[in-house]
Amino acid sequence: MITETRDLPMKVEPATNYLNVEHSIRSWLLTTDHKRIGLLYMVSITLFFFIGGAAATLMRLELLTPQGDLVTSATYNKLFTIHGVVMVWFFLIPSIPTVLGNFLVPMMIGARDVAFPRLNLASWYLFMAGGAFALFAIITGGVDTGWTFYTPYSSTYANGHVIAMAAGIFIAGFGSIATGLNFIVTIHKMRAPGLTWFRLPLFIWTIYTTSIIFVLATPVLAITLALMALERAFGVGIFNPAMGGDPLLFQHLFWFYSHPAVYIMILPGMGVVSELIPCFARKRLFGYNFVAYATVAIGVFGFLVWGHHMFVSSQSIYAGMIFSVLSFAVSIPSAIKVFNWTATLYKGSITFQTPMLYALGFIGLFTIGGLTGLFLASLAVDVPLHDTYFVIAHFHYIMVGGMVMGYLGGLHFWWPKISGRLYCEWLAKLSAVTIFLGFNLTFFPQFILGFLGMPRRYPVYAPEFQVLNVLSTSGASILAIGYLLPLAYLLWSLRYGKPAGANPWQATGLEWTTASPPPRDNFETTPVVTAGAYAYDAQLAESEAARHV
Amino acid sequence: MSDPAATHAHQFDDAMQQREAATFGMWIFLATEVLFFGGMFLGYTVYRFAYPEAFAEASRHTLLSFGGTNVAVLLISSATMAFAVRAARERKRTALVWLLLTTAALGTLFLGIKGFEYAHEISEHLLPGKSFQFGGAHAEMFFYLYFLMTGVHALHVTIGVVLIAIFAFRAWRSDAFAQHDTPVDLLGLYWHFVDIVWVFLFPLIYLIDRHS
Amino acid sequence: MKLDADSKTYLCTTAALLALLALTIGAAFVNLGPFNTIAAMCISIAKGLLIILFFMHVRGSNHLIWVAVATGFFWLGIMFALSLSDFMTRGWK
Repeated sequence: MITETRDLPMKVEPATNYLNVEHSIRSWLLTTDHKRIGLLYMVSITLFFFIGGAAATLMRLELLTPQGDLVTSATYNKLFTIHGVVMVWFFLIPSIPTVLGNFLVPMMIGARDVAFPRLNLASWYLFMAGGAFALFAIITGGVDTGWTFYTPYSSTYANGHVIAMAAGIFIAGFGSIATGLNFIVTIHKMRAPGLTWFRLPLFIWTIYTTSIIFVLATPVLAITLALMALERAFGVGIFNPAMGGDPLLFQHLFWFYSHPAVYIMILPGMGVVSELIPCFARKRLFGYNFVAYATVAIGVFGFLVWGHHMFVSSQSIYAGMIFSVLSFAVSIPSAIKVFNWTATLYKGSITFQTPMLYALGFIGLFTIGGLTGLFLASLAVDVPLHDTYFVIAHFHYIMVGGMVMGYLGGLHFWWPKISGRLYCEWLAKLSAVTIFLGFNLTFFPQFILGFLGMPRRYPVYAPEFQVLNVLSTSGASILAIGYLLPLAYLLWSLRYGKPAGANPWQATGLEWTTASPPPRDNFETTPVVTAGAYAYDAQLAESEAARHV
Repeated sequence: MSDPAATHAHQFDDAMQQREAATFGMWIFLATEVLFFGGMFLGYTVYRFAYPEAFAEASRHTLLSFGGTNVAVLLISSATMAFAVRAARERKRTALVWLLLTTAALGTLFLGIKGFEYAHEISEHLLPGKSFQFGGAHAEMFFYLYFLMTGVHALHVTIGVVLIAIFAFRAWRSDAFAQHDTPVDLLGLYWHFVDIVWVFLFPLIYLIDRHS
Repeated sequence: MKLDADSKTYLCTTAALLALLALTIGAAFVNLGPFNTIAAMCISIAKGLLIILFFMHVRGSNHLIWVAVATGFFWLGIMFALSLSDFMTRGWK
């Protein structure tokens, strides 16, 4: 794919790379290197993952028994709020874009860095400042409104540090906007010579679309949280029925952001899968153009469906019908992607390394999650399912079964590039399988529970639901082990892992043409691109030809 | 136009790419601001359709001459800003400094007039809250939106004035924009955006019904 | 990237903007029924366009800038249209 030749021997770590070029704390905290910033984010979101996970652990422990015997109802409200806020805004939304996106976007397009490196660093500080406010809110007693902050409860009646939490999300939101803006400009303006849009890796298409969502949706969240906080602080506002206000205005504004936000929380995962499947099936991605168009379609259509969160809110039934139809439509581009990944697998030479296990898991679990979304998009069916565990299972299948598996798959795939080391393969495979099994045991029972009528956000439930809840909690404990293992062996590999070499997976893509770990400016010379992405068939033909010489 | 000797940051290939990237980035930021203000405009629209008479009556209590003057002030400041951007391009330092200072002065005049209006409205008990005395809840809704939207706008004007003043100082002190005038360009875009927001706010606040 | 840096352009634009300001204030004192609001909004849009095209140099700019401008406003339109589809139809049978 590239005209320049690779000079480096396969398995030697280069003397100077972006990791060892400087060692001081200052060089990390004031870095403008997109790769280091990606690592700063990696550490931060991992910390937040454990905080959100701790809240979930306590919730699942409480739900072992039908009575509310581990924590009070008030505490339980705080737990699900903390779990939602932290996992959504401080873990999943940043995850792939700020870790893998920051590390890979410039490399995949043959650039030395992003368009605005100092803005990139600023975005991390905004994220951390927002996180500090959120942690303050948690430590000083928590918030019990749910991650959705519905008014008038949040703006008038709730106790707790709602304003501090809202401030944290507001500030972190500007970090997201900065990241999105940076990626959009970088991808438009800094592609290497010959790298046209339709030669880009699909990961770049998904990061680009995700970035568009960041910049168009997040400002609305910002103003909405600000309005809610003002109402709370001053006792006047536009969501307060006593003043002639409408709580549904809050919901429209909130979901205008939060629905596209869920596409932020899946598109990058889809981008990773589009990189992994061709590599581990040694085959070009089937229907590249369709997958690219489907990506943009998901991003655009995702803005048109938010009212499906409000079917039972007393929103106009006519609006409900419009949102329902549009919600069915938005599933189509996602289905197109699943078909194309499957077609790529057909007649491929498939191997089952760890990243591939995650990619295959993603396809299956995302499909289940997506199909169950159609039940919820149907107005009549949503009425009994709204606010039940069915909804919870639906979005966890997509966000955890999909996106988190995509994040882990991508982390494992690009770990050799990021660290220059290989991890322990059998342990990694074991973790992937553990996660897959633990995940399904945790969340599949929740579909049944929701169908049977168990409502969400309650620490108590009818006794006949106990068996399924116990199964779910057992699954969660297995899932937890699955998540802890990679932390252990990936850290271990930093010290003791075998050197990886430039391209341990024999993958196509500009990032694999440079050393592992890469030099500070990514490439020795700017690459020139002459062919499209995923040229695995060309690679195969080359090696065949070489053998027959 | 593009100085071949101009330097550029290391991630870019040339000064032209850097300028295009910076300008594009600024426009994306302005798009985010459109959506940020947009949330408040949506709230306004919803309640104006819901309470048309209360909003019309409340609107008549705003100070049209002051609001209208403020539109003219900002429009003229946009013109001086446009000339300032051109002065920066043409490396005319003195003109740049004076035009930036004039723009900042006009922005400050805007804030002064706005402050006077606020003081007047507060003394007339039109500030929502415990001391609000005018119509009912619906009129209070109008005035909440009034203070909110003009307040957020005024915050943006203030930030703009401060930045313009800083740029004027740097241009005067160290001829900061001689090699690299893009920042002035970008600040100009921001200032024009702030002007556009007021252009839309003005009729919505002051001109709902002046003919009854 | 071309700059529309003509003094005449800037001065004409300013004059047009001030004229439109006078028009919008004048129109408010005439009873046009529902068209008062429509007229005011159209005049605001015209003023906005003048500022965008001439002061902000979009008229000489490349395609990408046009798309960025249009996208911001179009997305605002989406938010308005679908939200109002709820608020305006609540009272329907």
